[in-house]
Amino acid sequence: MVESVPQEPLVRLRNVSKHFGEGETRVDALKDVSLEVFPRQVVALLGPSGSGKTTLLNTIGCVLAPSSGWMQLDGDVVYDGRWLRSDLRRLRLDKIGFIFQFHNLLPFLDATDNVAVVLSLAGANTRVAHRRAVELLDYLEVGHRKTAFPAKLSGGEAQRVAIARALANRPRIILADEPTAALDSKRAGIVMDLLRKLAVEQQAAIIAVTHDEKIFDRFDRIFHLRDGRLDQEAEG
Amino acid sequence: MNLAYRDVRHSLGRFLLTCAGLGLLLGVVLAMIGIYRGLVIEALTIARAPAVDLWVVESGTRGPFAEASRIPGDTREAIARLGGVAQAGSITYQTVETEHMSGKLRLYVIGYEPGRLGGPPRLVAGRGLAASHFELVADLSAGLALGDRLQLGRETFTVIGLTEQQVNSGGDPAVYISLLDAQKLQFDLAPPAARQQLARGTARTNLDTVNAVVARLLPNATPESVAEAVNRWKHLSAITQEGQEGILTKSLVDRARRQIGLFTSLLLVVSAVIIALIIYTMTMEKLKQIATLKLIGAPDRTIIGMIVQQALALGLIGFTIGATLILNVKDYFPRRVVLEPDNIFVLAAVVFLVCLFSSGLGVRAALRVDPAIALGG
Repeated sequence: MVESVPQEPLVRLRNVSKHFGEGETRVDALKDVSLEVFPRQVVALLGPSGSGKTTLLNTIGCVLAPSSGWMQLDGDVVYDGRWLRSDLRRLRLDKIGFIFQFHNLLPFLDATDNVAVVLSLAGANTRVAHRRAVELLDYLEVGHRKTAFPAKLSGGEAQRVAIARALANRPRIILADEPTAALDSKRAGIVMDLLRKLAVEQQAAIIAVTHDEKIFDRFDRIFHLRDGRLDQEAEG
Repeated sequence: MNLAYRDVRHSLGRFLLTCAGLGLLLGVVLAMIGIYRGLVIEALTIARAPAVDLWVVESGTRGPFAEASRIPGDTREAIARLGGVAQAGSITYQTVETEHMSGKLRLYVIGYEPGRLGGPPRLVAGRGLAASHFELVADLSAGLALGDRLQLGRETFTVIGLTEQQVNSGGDPAVYISLLDAQKLQFDLAPPAARQQLARGTARTNLDTVNAVVARLLPNATPESVAEAVNRWKHLSAITQEGQEGILTKSLVDRARRQIGLFTSLLLVVSAVIIALIIYTMTMEKLKQIATLKLIGAPDRTIIGMIVQQALALGLIGFTIGATLILNVKDYFPRRVVLEPDNIFVLAAVVFLVCLFSSGLGVRAALRVDPAIALGG
């Protein structure tokens, strides 16, 4: 577990609310959510289906605009009643890494290119992007599968490649949506240990939505979402 | 990193099959354009073959192709003496069905006076008519060879020369025989009919009749002025070469031309819809991947580039396959398929625009994809 907490949080949310629809069809997905996540922390978001976990993840990932509230990512205030950054894709590219439940690798790119594509989008030349991609794959112990396409990778290998892609631009914030749901308990443990290691080594904050009780002990903090409210926090 | 290329390379077989399918469709469009052009060119071939400036036909008719025309055989001499006329020649035209190699053979028989206007424009084998009777120059498409003998009417003709690309508006191959033989073939009655006509006291049919007299003018003469002079003879009408071509394209093959033109347009619209559907479907299949790309920060231009490049590659490869196919098989069609470079370039431009427009539909769908889809939201 993390021994000392740094001063400046990487993710800071104050009274963030999000609703869909109006009037009788209005659904309050998030209600006054306040949250702070610091570097090197691995945080879990728990809650039943429809509690707002994915909405919160999308909001922190700047994919969904909150209806109200205030949000700061890596020291930049990005939302204060409205988006303060016009280029949210660039923000995501530079500051946020995403890990998906079913890896979401691009099927037409091999493992190396799936990682390198993020670097290419950020402007790196092909040679540099490939070198960094191979380094990451080696680091995550899937370097031997660097030329394999996603369809030929096992679930664990694909998830490692997806993690490598999430880390390619050295983001400070990593958002994971059920990162171990498609893995057996042994591989789930390995992936979580890997994420913890990355959080420490890269001074990153990791926020993961999960239902997987087997890995609860791998988190520093656990937040519970119920009906859009972040109403309980437990230390991991 | 070129995502369009990587995507195509990853599913190359499927992409090429799609291109091949599109290529076949575009090949059919090209074939129809070629058939359309061929129809017009074939309709004009016979009229252009004598390379004349003026057609003199029976008064009140638009002969000899659009309507029947009969004028006296000595009209040629009168026309030849008109001021501004350099050369004149008498011509007859008729369609004959005969047998060859135990099969039916439809021929467009052209009678002309050897040494005068109206003969085959060029020979690819053998020689032109030298004797007054029973010699024949045939178009290659008739399937006749030098030395072949052919029954026309009551006479047997020998093929002594071959010409090419001389067919009438119906696609029947032309054969050239002497005017005397042609007049006998066209106007001479069968013996029983002649005997009956004689018994009825009817005058014997005058064989010295032709369908038209063609004239080539001196450089200083205008077709209109000579035509005006001819039209003063009440029993004759003169049509300029331009007018004759207008009659052929606007009257004789007009319906067929419009029919094929309309069908070609319809086929082009169908092709455009199919191209649009293919590209739209290709995009819709990739929505989750596009959402992932957007989520990880890909700018719109990357996504637009991927769709547009694939659409253009599809069009380019499909068109190349179609054009190659049709250029290689067009000579096996029973009628002429004429494809000029401008036809190919115009269709290529149309395909390019259709692909660009179709990719616009895909791009619109892609740009509306919510990146939240990638996170399962």
